[in-house]
Amino acid sequence: MSLDTPAGHLAVRMSHVQKFFGPVHANRDASLDVAVGEIHAVVGENGAGKSTLLRVLSGMYAPDGGTVEVFGRDVTGWRTANAIAAGVGMVHQHFMLVPTLTVAENVVLGREPMTGLTYDRASAESALGKLSRETGLACVPSRMVSELSVGEAQRVEILKTLYRGAKLLILDEPTAVLSPPEVGELWRVLRTVRDAGATIVLVTHKLDELMDVTDRITVMRQGKTVTGMRTSETTPAAIATAMVGRAVRLDASGMPVGAEGREVELARAVPDAGGPPDQMLISSAHDRIALSVPAAITSTLAPTPAYTDTPRLRLTAVTVAGARSKTAVDTLSLTIAPGEILGLAGVEGNGQTELIEAIAGLRPVTSGTITVDGTDITKYSIGKRLAHGITHIPEDRHARGLVLDYSIADNLILGRQKQFSSSGAINRARTLAFAEDRIKAFDIRPTDPNLPARALSGGNQQKIVVAREMPADFRVLLAAQPTRGVDVGAIEFIHDQLRAARRSGKAILLVSAELHEILALSDRVAVMYRGKIVTEMPRAEASEEVLGPWMTGAQS
Amino acid sequence: MLLLLLLQTLRIAIPYLFAASGGVLAERAGIVSLTLEGFMLTGAFCATLGSFYFGSPWMGLLLGVAGGAVFGAIHAVATIRFKADQIVSAVAINLMVVGLTRFFLRLAFDSSSNSPRVAGFGGDGNAGVLATFTNPLVLLGILVMPALAWVIDRTRFGLRVRAVGEKPEAATTLGISVDRIRYGAVITSGALAALGGCYLALDQHQFTDQMTAGRGFIALAAVIFGRWTPVRAGIACLLFAFAEALQIQVQGTGVLPSQFVSMIPYVLTLVALAGVVGRAVPPAALGRAEG
Repeated sequence: MSLDTPAGHLAVRMSHVQKFFGPVHANRDASLDVAVGEIHAVVGENGAGKSTLLRVLSGMYAPDGGTVEVFGRDVTGWRTANAIAAGVGMVHQHFMLVPTLTVAENVVLGREPMTGLTYDRASAESALGKLSRETGLACVPSRMVSELSVGEAQRVEILKTLYRGAKLLILDEPTAVLSPPEVGELWRVLRTVRDAGATIVLVTHKLDELMDVTDRITVMRQGKTVTGMRTSETTPAAIATAMVGRAVRLDASGMPVGAEGREVELARAVPDAGGPPDQMLISSAHDRIALSVPAAITSTLAPTPAYTDTPRLRLTAVTVAGARSKTAVDTLSLTIAPGEILGLAGVEGNGQTELIEAIAGLRPVTSGTITVDGTDITKYSIGKRLAHGITHIPEDRHARGLVLDYSIADNLILGRQKQFSSSGAINRARTLAFAEDRIKAFDIRPTDPNLPARALSGGNQQKIVVAREMPADFRVLLAAQPTRGVDVGAIEFIHDQLRAARRSGKAILLVSAELHEILALSDRVAVMYRGKIVTEMPRAEASEEVLGPWMTGAQS
Repeated sequence: MLLLLLLQTLRIAIPYLFAASGGVLAERAGIVSLTLEGFMLTGAFCATLGSFYFGSPWMGLLLGVAGGAVFGAIHAVATIRFKADQIVSAVAINLMVVGLTRFFLRLAFDSSSNSPRVAGFGGDGNAGVLATFTNPLVLLGILVMPALAWVIDRTRFGLRVRAVGEKPEAATTLGISVDRIRYGAVITSGALAALGGCYLALDQHQFTDQMTAGRGFIALAAVIFGRWTPVRAGIACLLFAFAEALQIQVQGTGVLPSQFVSMIPYVLTLVALAGVVGRAVPPAALGRAEG
């Protein structure tokens, strides 16, 4: 193993860790060395076994092979309680907070201060207040966790580990749910915590951000650790290659660039002309940039004819009720032209989900109208909307996008089964032929149409949804988090599909928690905050710096 | 008349209060309390047995509570240790208890309908003020919900019960044993609900076949109506009991056809659950086997 060995004392030494879940071999010979006092990132594609490895480290899983040492002590197979006692704290990707308890109760849970028989609320809150002042992690101890924003909830998670005296902090995908300003704040906090003597291990697949915050990186692929490197001595491109095992083209923000990615690169390349190349390409970088420049000029200067057409999708003063509030979407209006991708940025929970569901017909509209190519579809049923050319890649593929126990073939015709049936019975042969064609076109793996969707990786499951929702003849595509939790290769592919649909004149509403994705694909960017569109701008004017304050409501 | 009505309300409410307190505790820990009926019936039978053999209602009480705890433990082992479906396990326990009490009724008292008269509390169906308030179970029943509120809101066990019923994963990551907290909650819930059965048997000084007559289910409705908080569930129990007392009072007068009068408590329960309560948000992990 050619892992770069850290110089100082080791906080963690995991050697040849094996972990099985039934037939799935999640970790095969995974090793990890982390020095005391460093910020160490574990990166890899989805399903590479990063989370599993860190859960073994934190005592949630017992390894099936290999050894785990923490601060020089062999702790192989320890349990969460032992890990906490030894100063190891884990911040999970899905927060481990009890929403119905207060911040203070969540922090002290399991280590409650007591007076006699009762739990001592006052001393819990004062201890937390003190910790909060010492670390600069602001919080209100008496608030209910259910009222917190995602960023605040994450702070509580970190405080929880620090309250237990954590010297080793493990963070699983800590930035996945944060807005850009919150990400900046997290890095500030992590540096403070590290400077106070703690060691930090984090999992991420966002390459750009780990470049400025980490000291060292370990790359995992297919359950194995493939290489380790010092952040200062590597590039995102090199990391991506190690992750995927083949060359991947990246744009400046670390998003993969598809074959159709020209326009995006240009928007970036033009303002930076003369400066150092903004692109990182693993092979033939110069060719590509040279190739793309003329196209860039035409696409930024001449308006696309499509823009002058009447909008394909028009929403007029649409109000939608949410699960908790009466106005999740508040008198919102927008239009999307044929051949346009409108990117809807915003921190999750600002009404994006309700908006998409309302257009798709899954949630009733309280007031306002929705028209597609001039036809008012506000009162249409879901089936009628589908027939009218509205398709929907839902944000939660397990809840809305797939029936996991159905075969790939059956999932591919969900909602369209009528086209594949005669006199009430589904025509197997036609379904299978259709499935095989789609599997090929969308590179779904494994290729057996009879396998249940459950057997596929996240990326391939998402490809089933995309393949189904992007037939030849749709008009409007609602793409909600189209690449959430899928690997770099599948992101590339899905992005290409969206760009191809744009070229053929479809209107696409793209909602994504990934600002990079919005910036990589959109023609226009709108920001949604508390149910309203607070700003809207052409892609060329949008950037993380511009959008960030709008997303958090700091600007309005 | 009014005093009589209120007194009757209280007497009817006592078994509900005990059972609902058990229901609140178990459900807050994440285990469905469809078992209350079975726990109550167990309590009633064991209390009769204890009182019969030892000649003391206190021994009956002890045995009744123990019986409830044992069946609580059975439900806990089935649903927590073996991750059985909580509803299936509950239905099985309810049916099993009906059968077992019949079997032992025959075995111990050689009867298919009721036990002989045993020592109990209070004056056997006598609804006097003195008889009511000298019954220790009445006093305990009045206190049970405030006491449970204190346990859930203020003690470490209560805090952990709330955490475990709402987000067991979070509790696990903090080194809390979800299973241990749930065992504690479900076994205690069995004992509490059994107290309701003890009250019924010791108040009537005998056990009759299926004497709980669905009270465990009404108590569960009170838990939901009370949105899983002890004090509100307690108020719901009193409300349901009041409807029953009213029914008894009106029944005698002949103002309304008796069939309609009999419906009052059930209609009130339906109206309460459907309308007044609004959207009740149960503990998030309720009914979910911990994987």
